[in-house]
Amino acid sequence: MTSLSRNPKDLLAGVLYLAFGLAGVWIARDYSMGTSSRMGAGYFPTVLGGMLILFGLLSVIRSFLVPGEAVGTVAWKGLALVVGATALFGVLLEPAGLVVSLLVLILLSASASRMFRFEWRAAVALVALVAFCVFVFVRGLGVPMPLFGSWFGG
Amino acid sequence: MELLGNLAFGLATAMQPSNLMFCFTGALIGTLVGVLPGLGPMTTVALLLPFTFGLTPEAALIMLAGIFYGAQYGGSTTAILVNMPGETSSVVTCLDGYQLARKGRAGPALAMAAIASFFAGTVATLVIALLSGPMAALALKFTAAEYFSLLIVGLIAAVVLAHGSAVKAVAMIVIGVLLGLVGIDVNSGVPRMTFGLPELADGIGFVPVVMGLFGLAEIASNLEKPQDRTLLTQKITGLMPTGRDLRQGFPAMLRGTVLGSLLGVLPGGGAALPPFAAYALEKRVARDPSRFGKGAIEGVAGPEAANNAGAQTSFIPMLTLGIPSNPLMALMIGALMIQGIQPGPQIMTEQPALFWGVVASMWTGNLMLLVINLPLIGLWVSMLKIPYRMLFPAIILFCCIGAYSVNNSVFDIWVMLGSALIGYFFIKVGVEPAPLVLGFVLGPMLEENFRRAMMIADGDLAVFVTRPISAALLAVAVALLVALVSPSLRRKREVAFAE
Repeated sequence: MTSLSRNPKDLLAGVLYLAFGLAGVWIARDYSMGTSSRMGAGYFPTVLGGMLILFGLLSVIRSFLVPGEAVGTVAWKGLALVVGATALFGVLLEPAGLVVSLLVLILLSASASRMFRFEWRAAVALVALVAFCVFVFVRGLGVPMPLFGSWFGG
Repeated sequence: MELLGNLAFGLATAMQPSNLMFCFTGALIGTLVGVLPGLGPMTTVALLLPFTFGLTPEAALIMLAGIFYGAQYGGSTTAILVNMPGETSSVVTCLDGYQLARKGRAGPALAMAAIASFFAGTVATLVIALLSGPMAALALKFTAAEYFSLLIVGLIAAVVLAHGSAVKAVAMIVIGVLLGLVGIDVNSGVPRMTFGLPELADGIGFVPVVMGLFGLAEIASNLEKPQDRTLLTQKITGLMPTGRDLRQGFPAMLRGTVLGSLLGVLPGGGAALPPFAAYALEKRVARDPSRFGKGAIEGVAGPEAANNAGAQTSFIPMLTLGIPSNPLMALMIGALMIQGIQPGPQIMTEQPALFWGVVASMWTGNLMLLVINLPLIGLWVSMLKIPYRMLFPAIILFCCIGAYSVNNSVFDIWVMLGSALIGYFFIKVGVEPAPLVLGFVLGPMLEENFRRAMMIADGDLAVFVTRPISAALLAVAVALLVALVSPSLRRKREVAFAE
């Protein structure tokens, strides 16, 4: 699809504006518009959504007329590992606890680097980082995160 | 005399041992994190925000301000030593700072940057103390109509001064405002765009959005770039600038301070404009402009002074009107709200210790930067040697814990992850996400004031032009828009950002 357009970056940006705009208008259709002296909950989202749809259309049309840069290649592996590591942290934090989810997060995200290899310095850094988080955030600042979650009877 | 009394009162608050310690810790940690590659002031402040939750409002704001200056100074250090700006505000420092470092004069360049920052910080503190009284008094006369017009001026100024396409910046602001509306509508009690999720009733969390957009998305994008940096191997010898450096640097410092103080107050001024403008000015007034880009000390002193002065005077609209002039100030407002303080003109009268304490702490903070930075340059250099592959897992981890700790809820981690994906998409299609953050914070204020003004005026739009202050503000907004589309200014703007 992007090869059709002369400015793929603008095309994609336009599609994103359209998506937000349409979502805004679509969701706001259930809210009351009210009158101009007593505006309802739907007034602002509808107006803003309409503006975004307009911007989106402009951007998409422009992308077929004015040439621009291509979108750079996406490093899917790095992106997937960063997103995956964060998501797993969210999933594991409460059932498995902070220590396990931190280990998973650090190891998984570190493997996103092309230079990743296991070495003793990295292992020391890993242990130090986990210890730092436990002492500073949980003990020091009192963030109520379980160190070991329900899976370990914590 | 009232000014001196207020400043003395503020200094008494800022000089309390505990506040002094928070100021020191903030400046130190801020520099430490700001020196790390790929972490600008915005990300640094967002990452370190959870550390201030347990503090009193004064201490929290003093520490955050310290972190902010520290991070900014850290950015200048990396700009001079490795030609790597932490963020847009120190791009200009790279131009001549790195050239000085290559000539073996990194020491004087760093010292000049620190002295210029301190000088500008001192002047800007006085400017804040002078201006905030009248500003707050004016703000107390504001009704909903004036607030709405002021917000419009701020948002339009943000578009005019943003770099890159103006249409993209407007679209980003609108998306931000739309996202800011999520949650229960205060007027009708209807939950809007919450998808039935109780976690969204109070709106989308600000901190997770910022961490996703600026922290995680940056990492995903940085991983695509080659990960080697050319570090200066020369040993840094001799910190003291020569007499000639001082003679050349001092006038530049003065000009930079004045320019930065003025530009910083502008709503939407952001971090990028003052140093760019100062560099352009120095180049114009220099007797021999060809020295620039080859290691001219004025090219460090002017922009650094402008940068710091602008960073500080941008606190004026935040503290007196409750309106953030750039995304970083939006983060500060977020911090105030977490502390249970509603930002606005009443802070000055209702919480004088907080207000004047923070103002005075800006000066003590700058003094500390001067004192801690120069002796610790060796430490910053060794921080620079930490490879990115060791660093980014730690940044992801701080993002996750930071997002979680605001409300102690896993839901915010998902919000952060969603924002990260959108942010990565923005980077890929070449859209700057900063205006989105501004729209996100100002959105609810914008809607609230618009609805209230319309209610009072019985639905008559004319209220915005019949009230004099509001009309004047809207005139400014229109003038800015005209300037934006006028071809001559457009060209100038492109030139300014291209340099």
